[in-house]
Amino acid sequence: MKIVHSWLNDLVPVGDDIDAIADAITHLGLAVEDIRTVGSTVPGVVTARVIRTERHPDAAKVHRVFVDAGDGVERHVWCGAFNMQSDDVIPLATPGTVMPDGRAIEPKPILGIPSEGMLCSARELGLGDDHSGILILPQETPLGVPYGEALGLGEEVLYDLDVLRNRPDAYGHLGVARDLAAHFGLPLAPAPHVLTATEPARSAPVELVDGDRCPRFTTVVISNVTVTSSPEWMARRLAAAGMRSINNVVDVSNYVMLETNQPNHAYDFDTLGGGGFRIRLASDGETIVTLDDVERTLTATDLLICDANDRPIGLAAIMGGQNTEISDSTTTIALETAWFEPMGIMRSVARMGLRSEASARFERGADPFGIDRSVARFVELLRLTCPDLVVHHGMVDARSEHLPTPPQLVVRPSRVSALLGTTFTAAQITQLIEPIGFGCHPQGDDLLVQVPSWRPDCTMEIDIVEEVARRHGYGALGKTVPKSTQPGGLTAFQHRRRRLRDVLLGLGLSEAMPHPFLTAGDLERAGLPAQAVKLVNPLSVGDDILRTSLRPGLLKAIEFNESHRRTGVALFEIGHVYPPSDQVLPAEYEALGVVIAGADATAAMSVWRELASAMGWGARVDQGRVPDGLHPTRSATLSLGKDVVGAVGEVHPDVLDAYGVSERVAVLELHLGVLLAAEPKVPQWKATSRFPSSDFDLAFAVPESVAAEKVEKAIRQGAGGTLVDLALFDVYRGAGTAEGTRSLAYRLRLQANDRTLTDADVAQVRDKVVTAVAKLGAQLRG
Amino acid sequence: MIDDVRAAAEAAVARLAAVSGLAEARALETELLGKRGPFAVFKTRLGSLPTVDEKKAVGQAVNEATQTVAAAVEARIAELKRAERAVQLEHERIDLTEVLSRPTRGHAHIVTQAWERLEDVFVGLGFQVAEGPEVETDWYNFEALNMPPDHPARSMHDTFYVDHGTPGSTVLRTHTSPVQIRVMQSVPPPIYMIMPGRVFRNETTDATHLAVFHQIEGLVIDRGITLADLAGTIEAFTKAFFGEGFSSRLRPSYFPFTEPSAEVDIRTPSGDWLELGGCGMVHPNVLRAGGLDPEEWSGFAFGFGIDRMAKERHAVGDVREMYTNDIRFVEQF
Repeated sequence: MKIVHSWLNDLVPVGDDIDAIADAITHLGLAVEDIRTVGSTVPGVVTARVIRTERHPDAAKVHRVFVDAGDGVERHVWCGAFNMQSDDVIPLATPGTVMPDGRAIEPKPILGIPSEGMLCSARELGLGDDHSGILILPQETPLGVPYGEALGLGEEVLYDLDVLRNRPDAYGHLGVARDLAAHFGLPLAPAPHVLTATEPARSAPVELVDGDRCPRFTTVVISNVTVTSSPEWMARRLAAAGMRSINNVVDVSNYVMLETNQPNHAYDFDTLGGGGFRIRLASDGETIVTLDDVERTLTATDLLICDANDRPIGLAAIMGGQNTEISDSTTTIALETAWFEPMGIMRSVARMGLRSEASARFERGADPFGIDRSVARFVELLRLTCPDLVVHHGMVDARSEHLPTPPQLVVRPSRVSALLGTTFTAAQITQLIEPIGFGCHPQGDDLLVQVPSWRPDCTMEIDIVEEVARRHGYGALGKTVPKSTQPGGLTAFQHRRRRLRDVLLGLGLSEAMPHPFLTAGDLERAGLPAQAVKLVNPLSVGDDILRTSLRPGLLKAIEFNESHRRTGVALFEIGHVYPPSDQVLPAEYEALGVVIAGADATAAMSVWRELASAMGWGARVDQGRVPDGLHPTRSATLSLGKDVVGAVGEVHPDVLDAYGVSERVAVLELHLGVLLAAEPKVPQWKATSRFPSSDFDLAFAVPESVAAEKVEKAIRQGAGGTLVDLALFDVYRGAGTAEGTRSLAYRLRLQANDRTLTDADVAQVRDKVVTAVAKLGAQLRG
Repeated sequence: MIDDVRAAAEAAVARLAAVSGLAEARALETELLGKRGPFAVFKTRLGSLPTVDEKKAVGQAVNEATQTVAAAVEARIAELKRAERAVQLEHERIDLTEVLSRPTRGHAHIVTQAWERLEDVFVGLGFQVAEGPEVETDWYNFEALNMPPDHPARSMHDTFYVDHGTPGSTVLRTHTSPVQIRVMQSVPPPIYMIMPGRVFRNETTDATHLAVFHQIEGLVIDRGITLADLAGTIEAFTKAFFGEGFSSRLRPSYFPFTEPSAEVDIRTPSGDWLELGGCGMVHPNVLRAGGLDPEEWSGFAFGFGIDRMAKERHAVGDVREMYTNDIRFVEQF
């Protein structure tokens, strides 16, 4: 909301310390986002008339415009905009002018032909955001004069406020002024005089067909109106607030809205069919051409303003129709000032995507009982340009039983004090909130508070607590720290997750955070099932799949890095995945994904073993169950009991091809929801021996069908309690090994806790180991 | 003979001084002090001396000479060892800046780093940490937070709807606040909790806005909690997280789930004010939705953006950079 400083000053004499005023507004909860000076003019820009335009055969993007700046001399200007015609009056920046963006205008030639200046758009002159073409000025504008003078421009300071949902009244200057008057202890401008109407009576009758959607609709007929231009100050303030000056009637209408937050509409009474109004819901498929020249098809939930002949003349609360616009010949107007039910308007606006200054105000809640003040203000302001106007008797105030009554709330000073941490008496509360319109009546120890009609947000005691805090000042309420009676800390799950992350980082893996949304085809490319939960309204088409695996995102990261000449990247991610389910919510869980580019499955196994050891995890490595999308002969499922808790191995070469990754990619995936929730096995102390140890090596020829894991298990079983260390130190295939077998070489260290092992002891263990391994079909190599 | 003994000792010491290496010194040690060494020989000849006095005198001289020579041998060997070690050390000289390879450590994401720092500060202030699902029901994300269907404030949240269950029933949570309700439903007060997590807004991303980002939410519910307690907790956090030179203020704002509501601004040591996030007293309707009686319990809640803190701390120019997973970005931190 743009609040114009001079306007505010008319309503409450706040003075001219802009920064102090802005600070006060901010601390009242209406954050000032920006303070700007608008309407400054650029010296050197004068009005000129277009004589003619001409294309140059070698210039496609610019044309030649010949202008007269009032001295009868034909000047030539190159121009990149094509929206002007002969006789249009336009702003010309003469050579030497410095534009607001710092550009100096020079007679820079194009194709050897110099340009004697530059034609300006509204934006270039700081007159708004329009940069679609050159600013076309009114025909009667005198030539050769500074454009600011011609447009009646003058500087205005404005505050750009971020007005939140709970303060609809602050969408009018009056609402902001009321807060400031209370804050600074200054008087608020009095309401305008009550209307005095004269004979003869002339009415614009109102029929409220759907009174639940339009609980109040007032009309007043005003004659002897002359449509002319507005006073300069009014046009300037409207321009500063972002509205274009049209004519005195439309300007007053807008001015009243920006001041009181009450939208209103002036109809040409002579063209108003049947001389009255019917307010009804549209029928499905009914159409109306709105002021913006768009034909709109309606549904039975949209509210229409029709004339007395039932012809639609406006979309209630949103936008007027074309056919009853004020024209230069209008002499009698019917002024509509109404209150519409906000939710209905909100739904129509959302459905049509058509939002206006008026609808924005009705949606948030206008003041149902501020209408009389707004009408009086309208007349007061219109009288400035139409001193002879006549306000006719016969004003209509149609109401339905749906007109809301502002509530009375019981407010307990004890409750206010308990929530704010400062003691407030009933008298203090009264002193704080009465100046902003809340009527306070003592009721025992409590207060009965009458909420003003412009504050529809206040419906509960807590709303009044906030008003007290706001008026008292948040900063004046003190700062205390409550004593937590519980120990702070992470949960066991969170502690374990931190430990896991630390181990991963220590293993040289870096943390990635890919997007949790996937594009159609991503899962299939990764060799994963396509079933997934989808977004109804994705940011971009196709970006609508909630990931069921971290793998697609991590593979994209590998691909991205490879395409930037960073191969061998090792990444992990800890994040949520969201598989479909038939429960209330998807089967969301937290997962770990590890990818190591340029490494094979054994790297993934090493990471798994290190994590399992650090975290106290155990799981079966089941190479018989190949996880989707992984290398069929180099991957395994990790299972814990009947649960699948992960996958380990290498990405399938087909998948790598599909992702455009040229290196092998080792992969490890874990279900952290299961693994981190489990109580880890706590390592138990084993006494270290004080006696000497004995080492020996054994190499076995092991059939390819027998997993090394099994050999290891057999060795451990065969060796018994004196085996303290076992390491696979060599794997060999080739000359010297039989077809279908490979050599696995192990180093064993034996040690007893109670004695020095003898050669005989060692020999006995060795024999037992060889026997145990032989049962797997493996033979000791010579 | 005493003179012979003394002469032999002097000769031995002189020879020791002349040896050039450790091995030579050890050989000489054996030669001089071994069974066939001069002093051993002198000892065997003691018996041939005529008088007891002479035997005594010569024997003492032989012992003294032996001790002298043994000490000289020990000293000479130690000296030679030192010299040899010095040669070895010089020979082993390395230019430590000639590094061919180095171990690689992993790099934690800067959002994780900020997340953990925030958790640590709040844990120090006596808070526990709770988490909740990222895909939420409309009830937890909106309705329980005082935003019934059609509530105008819903339009402040650009919501991603999820095609799950009845249409409109499931969303990607737009804030971490639904975890407040889940905590209230599962933990009896007093509650001192923070709730970090990923949140989603259906907004076009740019250098300062993301559709997927992270928030940390705080919730305190106890008897007699006041707005001053909120301001004090924010102040304590500000000083603990940013440093003693920082301070905070609350300024009125609006959120449907808190009342009174406030924006948190923090003041940097250089006097600039930065917006940090929103906060307020938990709205009575929210306490009720969580199953608590607002007449018995009161509380406050606050929420800050984690990504922005990471962005500011590391002066990242464009938040989107944080999610490219470009290893050249990740390795910087």
